[in-house]
Amino acid sequence: MTIVYDDTETQGDVPVRRIRFTINGEKKIAEVEPRLLLAHLIRRGLGLTGTHTGCDTTNCGACTVLVDGRPVKSCTMLAVQVDGHEVSTVEGLATASELHPLQEGFKEEHGLQCGFCTPGMMMAAKALLDSNPDPTEEEIRWALSGNLCRCTGYQNIVKSVLWAAAKLRSESAG
Amino acid sequence: MSQALDEIKIGGLGASRKRVEDNRFIRGKGNYTDDITLPGMLHMEILRSPLAHARIRSIDASKAWDIPGVHLVLTGEMMATRNLAWMPTLSYDTQAVLATDKVRFQGQEVACVIADDPYIAKDACEAIEVDYEPLPVIVNPEQALAEGAPVIRDDKENQQNNVVFDWEVGDAAGTDRAFEQADVISRLKLHYPRSHPSPIECCGSIADFNRATSKLTVYMTTQAPHIIRAAVALVAELPEHMIRIISPDIGGGFGNKVPVYPGYVCSILASILLERPVKWIEDKTGNLISTGFARDIYLSGEMALRRDGKILAVRMNCDSDHGAFFSDAQPSKFKIGLLHSAFAAYDIPVAHLTDRGTYTNKAPGGVAYRCSFRVTEAMFFQERMMQAAADDLGMDQAEFRRMNFVRDDDFPHRTPFGFLTDSGQYAKCLDVGLKAIGYEDFRREQAEARKQGRLLGLGISTMTEPLGAGNSREYDILGIKMFDSAELKVHMTGKAIVRTGAKTQGQGHETTWAQIVSHELGIPAEDIVVEEGDTDTAPFGMGTYASRSTPVAGAAVAMVARKIRAKARKLAAHLLEVSEEDIEWELGRFYVRSAPDRGVTIQECAMAAYSNMPDGMEPGLENTAYYDPPNLTWPFAVYIATVEVDPETGVWDVLKLVAVDDCGVRINPMIVEGQIMGGLTEAYAMANMQFITFDAEGNCVGSNYMDYLLPSAWETPGFELHSEVVTPCPHHPIGAKGIGECAAVGGPAAYVNAVMDALSQTGVRNIDMPLLPDRVWEAITYSRDVSGAPPVRSDD
Amino acid sequence: MYPSRFRYEAPRSLDEAIGLLQTGGDYAKVLAGGQSLVPLMKLRFASPELVVDINNVPGLDYHRADSDGTLHIGALCRHADLERSDLLKTTQPTMASAAPLIADPIVRNRGTLVGSLCHADPQGDWASVVLALGGSVMARGPRGTRVIPLADFVTGPFENVLEPDEIAVEAVIPAAKGARSGGYLKLERRVGDFATVGVAVAVETTGENVTRAGIALTGVGGSTIGATEAAAALVGGPLTADRIAQAADLAAQAARPRTDHRGSAEYKRHMVRTFVVRILGRGPVAGERAAEERAA
Repeated sequence: MTIVYDDTETQGDVPVRRIRFTINGEKKIAEVEPRLLLAHLIRRGLGLTGTHTGCDTTNCGACTVLVDGRPVKSCTMLAVQVDGHEVSTVEGLATASELHPLQEGFKEEHGLQCGFCTPGMMMAAKALLDSNPDPTEEEIRWALSGNLCRCTGYQNIVKSVLWAAAKLRSESAG
Repeated sequence: MSQALDEIKIGGLGASRKRVEDNRFIRGKGNYTDDITLPGMLHMEILRSPLAHARIRSIDASKAWDIPGVHLVLTGEMMATRNLAWMPTLSYDTQAVLATDKVRFQGQEVACVIADDPYIAKDACEAIEVDYEPLPVIVNPEQALAEGAPVIRDDKENQQNNVVFDWEVGDAAGTDRAFEQADVISRLKLHYPRSHPSPIECCGSIADFNRATSKLTVYMTTQAPHIIRAAVALVAELPEHMIRIISPDIGGGFGNKVPVYPGYVCSILASILLERPVKWIEDKTGNLISTGFARDIYLSGEMALRRDGKILAVRMNCDSDHGAFFSDAQPSKFKIGLLHSAFAAYDIPVAHLTDRGTYTNKAPGGVAYRCSFRVTEAMFFQERMMQAAADDLGMDQAEFRRMNFVRDDDFPHRTPFGFLTDSGQYAKCLDVGLKAIGYEDFRREQAEARKQGRLLGLGISTMTEPLGAGNSREYDILGIKMFDSAELKVHMTGKAIVRTGAKTQGQGHETTWAQIVSHELGIPAEDIVVEEGDTDTAPFGMGTYASRSTPVAGAAVAMVARKIRAKARKLAAHLLEVSEEDIEWELGRFYVRSAPDRGVTIQECAMAAYSNMPDGMEPGLENTAYYDPPNLTWPFAVYIATVEVDPETGVWDVLKLVAVDDCGVRINPMIVEGQIMGGLTEAYAMANMQFITFDAEGNCVGSNYMDYLLPSAWETPGFELHSEVVTPCPHHPIGAKGIGECAAVGGPAAYVNAVMDALSQTGVRNIDMPLLPDRVWEAITYSRDVSGAPPVRSDD
Repeated sequence: MYPSRFRYEAPRSLDEAIGLLQTGGDYAKVLAGGQSLVPLMKLRFASPELVVDINNVPGLDYHRADSDGTLHIGALCRHADLERSDLLKTTQPTMASAAPLIADPIVRNRGTLVGSLCHADPQGDWASVVLALGGSVMARGPRGTRVIPLADFVTGPFENVLEPDEIAVEAVIPAAKGARSGGYLKLERRVGDFATVGVAVAVETTGENVTRAGIALTGVGGSTIGATEAAAALVGGPLTADRIAQAADLAAQAARPRTDHRGSAEYKRHMVRTFVVRILGRGPVAGERAAEERAA
């Protein structure tokens, strides 16, 4: 990935840092200003626009990605901080041939309307299911309490996660 | 033997078809405005005023220009030389694009910077030096109308005070006479606080002026792309055919994305000046502090009652706070929107309503946020007054409402404010709701709990609302009538594309419009693609807000499909070599009445339109319909909530929420339920935690998500939805009514009435929303009403 | 949304980190969880010249108890680690009550307790908990290591006593001599909300008698308030309703709340009193946050 700037006097001298990281299983190198937020590295640097930004006070969770498997709000992490780490975004959920059960579940149970909070919601849900394959409704609502949705009222999001959990359990059993 | 297709199987009306748009959203492949990158694109950031009311002495942008990577710094002065410092609003007022003489609300746009990237643009904004001279601040209508109050709109030639308008409707004299006959007069005053739609995605635009083609393309978060095209043509004086507005995927609208914002205008001018694409994406603070808010109205009412509970008349006298500019997006004849839809479900012979609109030092707006043009205010106040009146009479809440309902056989019914409601089964909905909530059992439980000092409460709210603005006699925005449109093209293999003048922001149009076509033509829904949002290709429409799409655009889809079917019938007759009178239709197929086994599918007709036309017939199978609705549609709902209030802390929890919605024929039940649950959640938010207020200096409290609270999955209650009652709309082509906003309109009163019911022994009449713990505690502890109107209380 | 420019270093040892802080010039900040610092930088309320990221320093992510029960929490121990901790659930009721109430579940994956103490936000929940428990902050710098009681650590809103070249490496909770009880109650209208009122109560009893008590208050003053008189009123006797009520009154008097959009000063004082009673008496909990019961 290359970032190109106009070669003005001071612009050309802005210090950047070289980082190496993995994104959805692919190894990358990037040269970034320290102040670049991880969300912007993902969206603008890598062109992975599935991760969204929705607020400026670390509340809404639309920017949620996984870093080393744990959900973080990518708007509140510096890009330089993923040097040496693994980042997973919504674009990495599906394989070439199959959707992730969470993606299927959200469609089956009408867990999205405008779709803007959905990637962040699914990543947070994925982390939940990775550690708790059989969550109760209460546990799901608790785990997703850092992700805001304006459209759905959450009831169908809960059903979507329950649907996905059931499918994942039957896949691992079967 | 019928060969009609199974409508549910092919995805017609009533099918809970899974959504087409989900396919890209779940993959993170949505195409929202900020996802779009154009070659050579620059980025714009806005500098906003920290003060609510101040004269601008000077603006020094020299340091900003010096920052490497900055291409342009726009100020009001520069805009003024191009006649763009002010722009017309959708309510025939003017609004500052960039401030010139004064700033009139905290957060108002003062300058903008266009740079290589938004980080640099923000650096440059910080380097702009503005010298302000503070002026006295006005944060409510009382201050606005006080003797000696500063005139906020001293830019307007004949403005001597802070009054925007005085408006009234109804029969003052008749109402006065009715009040003289009253046995009981019930009174209520409350403030419906300022709220904000706050979709998760903020507003933004990418303006791309191409000097080589003279064409301006603007990608933007707009619920009404054609209105924007007209506004840009007007404001920027560019020819309409050289303007293309593209509304891509929108991350929630709720009315926030209807108005024309200064950021859009600045990005357009910047692109024209720089001849490069300019992207402006606001941050959440900008969105909350400056874009279209909703409500902020002081409602005062009186109800004249007969001793047996019959309502004789209603009076409403209101003061609406419009902020610094009157920019409401609403039908032009109604200054306070459809506030006069209040009491439409109750059989009241006479009523009178007045409203005075005032300017204050706050962001402009008032109509937005799932409100159906202020019907949220109307229905909330209605149900709060119904609650108060039943209490004053000592009557049961449910029975008081029931006895005053318009009866099933009284339709069409003219409301005292002049609306014509046409259908409904109000009592039946109430019955379903009462049964579902376990009304009798709850009242017993409530009485028992009271003995132990526990406060349980039950709240009923009903609503009917005029959805589907609207018929051309009465409804227009800036003179443009509020019809809508659909264009349908059937290809030779029987696949189709439909485009409408609506613009979905999560309502699922890509899924539901196809279902209507399926219903009319028997083409499987999966064979139909739906597009909206590009003014170059979509037929002219007034966009999606105020729950108007199913009533108007949806009707247009049905009508254009019927035009297609009429032509297909002629093709069928030609293929079957009979006359048209001998042709019958069943879903997906035309057949010969006297020989039903002889038939042709709609797909065969489509092929014939390109390859085997009868003599004299124009080839092709496509058409457009513009639909001017004869009336609005009138869904009805009953929402009942039960709560428990902790008297020691003022915290209240929802025990159960039952929703009974009658919105006529449901195109896609799954999607309808999603809309209702979303609305019930916004209702909960408004009742419980969500509001914008101001301190005495005009500082906005609620300009970020730490202060403007949206409930998460943890706080939001579960909902029990009922769909047993279906009263089709008598005039809509498929019998459907609007639904998108009903729960936001009717929901808040259910929660509030429940809490007030829990507090009924305290004698408290009203607590303003949101019913924060401290307000509830204060009401209980001191047996007094609690207001939430600005300015915020402080120690000073 | 966009921080101003800064230099960034990611040392791999504490000594390296301290060395960088020494060169830091006027304004350097340590970055651990970043869930307080980065938001401030995005709003440009903080614009450090140098950010020293200690996330690559190994061996700081622990929390463990000595054999005598002294609890040590390392600088990179995340809120989520404490929320999941069996050690806390079984031995530290006040801390276990508070952990699930910090911010929201995703922020808890990054934010740290030690970072929260250093940030010294008057709305910080952990500060009240650690103050009530009589905890301290261990700081390391070029002049060595020192342990600073939390009561002395915070000098004002967002101000602590650390020298520019010192790093807080650990929080220490002293061992209990008696049986621990207590909790943390927070009036938040929504997950992630600042506390309208937060109350931490930490009590040790031997037999029937309270031998040590700490009460600290969040959100009702310019900084965390140690309600020392209220706590003292509990010591030397059993936890009777009268003694609890007296402590609760004293705690309410110690509060210095402001009337604002979250409520009147009177209401906030009342909630301090109510929370003290509820924590100590475990009275009726209608409407209380279920989370703190999950942690108990």
